Amino acid sequence: MNAPMNFEKGSPSGSSRERLVVIGNGMAGCRAVEEILARDPGRFDVTIFGAEPRVNYNRIMLSPVLAGEKTFDEIVINTQEWYDDKRITLVSGDKVDSIDREHKRVVAASGRIEPYDKLLIATGSDPFIIPVPGKDLDGVVTFRDLDDVDKMVAAAGKGGSAVVIGGGLLGLEAAHGLNLRGMQVTVIHLMPTLMERQLDEAAGWLLKTELERRGQTILTGANTKEIVGKDGKVSAVRLEDGTEIPADIVVMAVGIRPATALAREAGLEVERGIMVDDHMVTSDPSVLAVGECVQHRGLCYGLVAPLWDMCRALADHVTENPTGYLGSVTSTKLKVSGIDLFSAGDFSGGEGCEDIVMRDASRGVYKRVIVKENKVLGAVLYGDTADGSWYFDLMKKGEDVSDIREALIFGQAFASGGALADPNAAVAALSDDAEICGCNGVSKGQVVSCINDGAHSLDAVRSTCKASASCGSCTNLVESLLSLTLGGEVESGPKTMCKCTSFTHGDVRKHIVEKGLREIPQVMQELHWTTPDGCASCRPALNYYLLCAWPGEYVDDQKSRFVNERMHANIQKDGTYSVVPRMWGGLTNPKELRAIADVVEKYNAPMVKVTGGQRLDIFGIKKEDLPAVWADLNAAGMVSGHAYGKSLRTVKTCVGSEWCRFGTQDSTGLGVQIEHMTWGSWMPHKFKIAVSGCPRNCAEATIKDFGVVCVDSGYELHIAGNGGIKVRATDLLCKVETEQEALDVCAAFIQLYREEAWYLERTAPWVERVGLDYVKDRLAEEGAIEHYAARFRYSQQFMQDDPWAKRAAGEHEKLHQHLAEVRPYPGAKMENA
Amino acid sequence: MIGNWLDIGPVTQIEPGTARTLPVVGGEEIAVFHTMRNEFFAIRNKCPHKQGPLSQGIVHGDVVTCPLHNWNISLRSGKALGEDEGCVPTIPLKVDAGRIYLLRSAVIGGGDEAAVQQATQDKAA
Repeated sequence: MNAPMNFEKGSPSGSSRERLVVIGNGMAGCRAVEEILARDPGRFDVTIFGAEPRVNYNRIMLSPVLAGEKTFDEIVINTQEWYDDKRITLVSGDKVDSIDREHKRVVAASGRIEPYDKLLIATGSDPFIIPVPGKDLDGVVTFRDLDDVDKMVAAAGKGGSAVVIGGGLLGLEAAHGLNLRGMQVTVIHLMPTLMERQLDEAAGWLLKTELERRGQTILTGANTKEIVGKDGKVSAVRLEDGTEIPADIVVMAVGIRPATALAREAGLEVERGIMVDDHMVTSDPSVLAVGECVQHRGLCYGLVAPLWDMCRALADHVTENPTGYLGSVTSTKLKVSGIDLFSAGDFSGGEGCEDIVMRDASRGVYKRVIVKENKVLGAVLYGDTADGSWYFDLMKKGEDVSDIREALIFGQAFASGGALADPNAAVAALSDDAEICGCNGVSKGQVVSCINDGAHSLDAVRSTCKASASCGSCTNLVESLLSLTLGGEVESGPKTMCKCTSFTHGDVRKHIVEKGLREIPQVMQELHWTTPDGCASCRPALNYYLLCAWPGEYVDDQKSRFVNERMHANIQKDGTYSVVPRMWGGLTNPKELRAIADVVEKYNAPMVKVTGGQRLDIFGIKKEDLPAVWADLNAAGMVSGHAYGKSLRTVKTCVGSEWCRFGTQDSTGLGVQIEHMTWGSWMPHKFKIAVSGCPRNCAEATIKDFGVVCVDSGYELHIAGNGGIKVRATDLLCKVETEQEALDVCAAFIQLYREEAWYLERTAPWVERVGLDYVKDRLAEEGAIEHYAARFRYSQQFMQDDPWAKRAAGEHEKLHQHLAEVRPYPGAKMENA
Repeated sequence: MIGNWLDIGPVTQIEPGTARTLPVVGGEEIAVFHTMRNEFFAIRNKCPHKQGPLSQGIVHGDVVTCPLHNWNISLRSGKALGEDEGCVPTIPLKVDAGRIYLLRSAVIGGGDEAAVQQATQDKAA
């Protein structure tokens, strides 16, 4: 700050030292100088320009300063004495305005001119400001330097609400600090999971849950539209969906970008960052660059660890002992006290990659190690990060892990235990009183004697001594004991839900209800899924089970839906869709028929067909035309026929007593009533109903999931018929006397099926699996019909809004629209090929 | 350099776990995927089995399951996984500063021919 102007100083006139000018008094600039001085203290006269009016400090420790865990003095790296001692001229609070490469000098904002022999650019990065209205209001801050921290601390002193835009590393650390300082904090994150660059969905969910538990509000998938101000000061943040969140301070922490303006204006080669070679030399041999502002081998880094390597290579180069920088592998930890989280390397998976996942719900642990060709490629750890550095080390060294592969996920202590690296050997070495199942307090000895007494499968062990029957985290231990005790004679248990879990559909359903699991990532964590985000089999099943268990509460996960249910139409072999509007009980009228005819003509549908379920199917509709088609059908009073869903399909009827000379009851009217009661309900599989007016059974009610056959004395109610691959006639469930009873039994049966069948299990195989008597007994219990029917009707409150109407009004419009259309200009292929 | 890359808009226009389509006049429609692990991929929107629209499949990891007959296709390589054999052309994609870019020549040429050739060789071998 008080350094003399030193135009005359320098190599040509006196001192034999070269002049090194450093732009940037941050971690990279100072570290580079330290490294150079350590190698050759007499080589340079050093001048450092810093835009901030203070000495060099540890920027990554600003989070603890904000959180009140450290003071500024504690994070200073180099004091003024250090600069003085090393005879470094520190020009702080004076920003360099331009680089004059022709005359080899820099010009600062104060007018100060400093010539150089070697120039080092270490300008770091700038916070990215999202270009929304209100971004310049008083009270909108970034999180980059001590001034930002001071502003946040001052705001927190007054209490009130803070909104942090950005749920990445920096944003969450800011939110944590403000939360600790007593503010009501809301984090707005554009992506669906927090820290998506570092964490997968499973770990992101755990993190979100923990932060919410600490009182923060976390809004994911939320897009900031505007920062609202009052008298020039921030007052709220408005989201795209209209939500307004009050805010006394808004922290913008959506990311950083390399600060390259100075280098760009000086004509240096710049892409995303300042281009450097392996010795940190820019396109001008006299100009070096280091830190977050550079781009090396196509990569820009925003973490501190690569800086050390870059500075080493730079110092080696300028002291003429070049070693070169080869790029860095980085790891991340979140500096939020009490949250253990580690991420390193590539965790996106890929060709030939193998995920090893371990979850321990009782301890809140999720570990995932990605292995490819016997090498660790990446790791994501939540809740227990003790082995993070070990995995990171294996990864950086590219060590062959084939010898410890089986025990890798259990960590270093276990995997490097020699013979213990074999999990079976490790289990064999346990003493008889070692606890296997913590939930039910079952020891190894108890499990082994239960196996010796005849429990030869996992399921048998679970039902006899209860080991692994609760949370399931000891499943692999029990499996090891089975194979140790029985050798190769372990009986495989019932089929698990899919390859992602050792639980059956029944177990999963039971646990969802008993443990109150409410989201897909929560089920996967609590039930120890062995994959990070499930597969095409388990996701739709879990989505259904949660929807069924928590009506009105669970938010349907569109991405876990099969295409037909996502698009509310049936995909055909050519990729177009067929559309079936509901015709209640197979009845229609001129208005509906006219609307269908108009749609067919307007959208050039190549075919219309009468379906087996007594309605009309319009074929060949393009996905982008679907919302308009639905709007036209809605206008004629028609709603979705759910011909595409694992849901109630049709209620087929005959004409009944109103017209038919044999009819005994009003089968058409009852069918319409049943359809009004049941439409829109999601089920384990498709569900068809029919009502026949007499035993001649024109509506074919005895091959439906639920069939009503009217007789003179009332209604015979049939269940579990199927007209598909394997024809199955229904079983008679019961006979009732009134329409109301028929409706109630129908609702009750459907609800029992909805709550107990496995996903993709039609009523016929379900009833065969559990037995007709079981179903009869369940429904014959005191009050069972009322109970189940009431549950069904409650759930239906939330299901009976027409999905087509919502889509026609613009919901999920992205699902229907193309991104854009590419129209290559003539000859483009040849020119670009 | 930039001229070789076709800007198809911001990353936010594709919800994670889904895909959107990009018709090419006179060429093959492209499906652009955003996985739940926050990666982006572009492949031709046609399953090698029966030409099902892969953009409409369920996405899990870096795999899409074709909506027509449940073939699993690697979004990374375009190859059919498991017992099935076949390959769909991939289109080189990059994300820069929040925007998605596709390699122009591959968009117009209908995909990465090298990938198709490689798959053909693999099958022959």
